[in-house]
Amino acid sequence: MKDRTYGTPLPGVSEEPLTGRLIVVEGADASGRSTEVEILREWLEIEGHPVVDTGLRRSTLVSEQIDRAKEGHTLGGATLALLYATDFADQLENKILPSLAAGSTVLADRYIYTLMARAVVRGASREWAQRLYAFALRPDLTLFLDARPEILMHRAISKYGSLDYWESGMDLSISSDRFESFLEYQTRLRHEFGWMEEPYGFRVIDANRRPDQVHRDVAEIVRPLFEAPPEKKRRSPVPATSRSRRAGSE
Amino acid sequence: MADPSSHVHGYPGRLFVFEGLDGSGKSTQARLLGKWLSSQGYRVFHTEWNSSELVSNIIRRGKKKGLLTPTTFSLLHATDFADRFERQILPPLRAGYLVVCDRYSYTAFVRDSARGCDSAWVRNIYDFAPSPDRTYYFRVPVAVTLRRKLASRLKISYYEAGMDLGLSDDITESYLKFQGRLKREYDRMVATDAFTVIDAERPVERIQMDLRLDLRPLLEDFPTGETLQHEG
Repeated sequence: MKDRTYGTPLPGVSEEPLTGRLIVVEGADASGRSTEVEILREWLEIEGHPVVDTGLRRSTLVSEQIDRAKEGHTLGGATLALLYATDFADQLENKILPSLAAGSTVLADRYIYTLMARAVVRGASREWAQRLYAFALRPDLTLFLDARPEILMHRAISKYGSLDYWESGMDLSISSDRFESFLEYQTRLRHEFGWMEEPYGFRVIDANRRPDQVHRDVAEIVRPLFEAPPEKKRRSPVPATSRSRRAGSE
Repeated sequence: MADPSSHVHGYPGRLFVFEGLDGSGKSTQARLLGKWLSSQGYRVFHTEWNSSELVSNIIRRGKKKGLLTPTTFSLLHATDFADRFERQILPPLRAGYLVVCDRYSYTAFVRDSARGCDSAWVRNIYDFAPSPDRTYYFRVPVAVTLRRKLASRLKISYYEAGMDLGLSDDITESYLKFQGRLKREYDRMVATDAFTVIDAERPVERIQMDLRLDLRPLLEDFPTGETLQHEG
C-alpha cells in the first residue's frame, strides 16, 4: 500500500490489487471542472468503462459537520484543515479504494491538492499539508484545469449571480470588498497549485477556453490510459513525479 | 529547567500538561493543582481533552456503520484537538494564563501508535501544538488502572479496550493488552519528550505536594492576576 500512496501507509487497509484507474480533475470553482467531469464520465461509460465519481465533502462520516461548521464560520485554520482531511480519508478508504479494487475508474472531482492549497492560504505550511496528505493514493492521472482569476470571476457571477463567501475567501479577511477578495484569494490558490504542478505531476489544461476545447485536450490525454488492458497499465501507473506538461497552451 | 524565562513556546503564559492512562489519577491531580494555583492569585485556565460532542457523535455513527479506520479515527481526534487548541488553549496562553491541560497531543501519539498509524505522520499533524513547560506523566501499572476502574464500578468502553483492533474477544483481556501498548508508548516518550515521571501509585496528597514543590520555582517571577489587570 505504501508505494501507492505519497509515503505514509494506511494501517488496517487490505492489500488488494487496485485494478481500476484513479483520474483526478482539479481546478477552481467555475474553472469548468464539474462540466468536464460530467463529459468525461459520459464518454468513458459509452466506451464501456465502469465509472464511480467522488468529490470533496461527500463522506457520510463528517460532511454534515463541515456544512454546520461553515455556517457558523467558527472553526480555526488547523481545525478546518483537519476536518477536511478526515472527510477525505473516509472517502479514500470507504469509496475510492473499494471502487478501484473492483476495477472501476474513479473520477475525482477535486482531490487533496485543493485541500492542501486551501490549508496553505489559511496559514498552514506547505510541508505540514504535504505530510498530512502523505496517506493519499497517487492518482494515475491528475488534470489541472487552469483559468485566470478574472475569467473565474466573470463565470462565477454569470453562473450564480454573485460571488460565494467561501470561494471568495472572505474568512481570510483579505478585504471586505468581495470582488477584491475573490481575485486575491483565487490568485493565492492558483499560486499554490502552481508549485504542486511539478512534484505531483499535473497535466495542466488551459481552462480559459470553451468546454469543448478543454475536453478535446482532456480526451487526448485520457485516451491512451485506456488503450492498453488494465492489468498491463497497473504495472506502470503514471508516476506522480512525471513532468507536468502544459497542454493546449501553445 | 527552573528558570521561568526559559520556556519553550514563547507565549507569555505557561503550559502544564498531565498525561497518563485512564485511571492513573491525573485528572484529580490536575484539578487540585489548578485550585492551588488560583488560590495563589494566578490566572488559571483548566482544560480537559475528552471527546467533544462533535467527535463522539461522529464516532458513534461511524462505529455503527463500521466506517472508522485507524486513519479516520486519528484525524477525527486531531480535528477535535485542533478545535480545542485554537479555541481554548492558545488564547489563554497568549493572554498570560497558567494553562493546565488534562491530556495533550501525547495522548494522540500513544493512541494512534497503538493503532498502527505512522508515528512521524501523527507527529506532523500536531505540529501546531507547542511543547509544554512541564509534562507530568502519571506512570502506573495497567493492572492498577483496571483495579481502580472495577472498584468504582465503571464499565470498560469499546475504544478504551481497543476492541476495534481485534486483540481479544474478551473486553477485559483486550483492555489489558491495549492499555499495555499505550503504556509502552508513554514510557518510550519519557526521554524523547522530557516527561516528568510521577509514580502514580502513591497517595494522592503526597503526589500533589510533589507537584506543588516542583512548580514553585517556575512561577517565581510570574505575574499574578492582580498585576495583569491593574497597573501600579
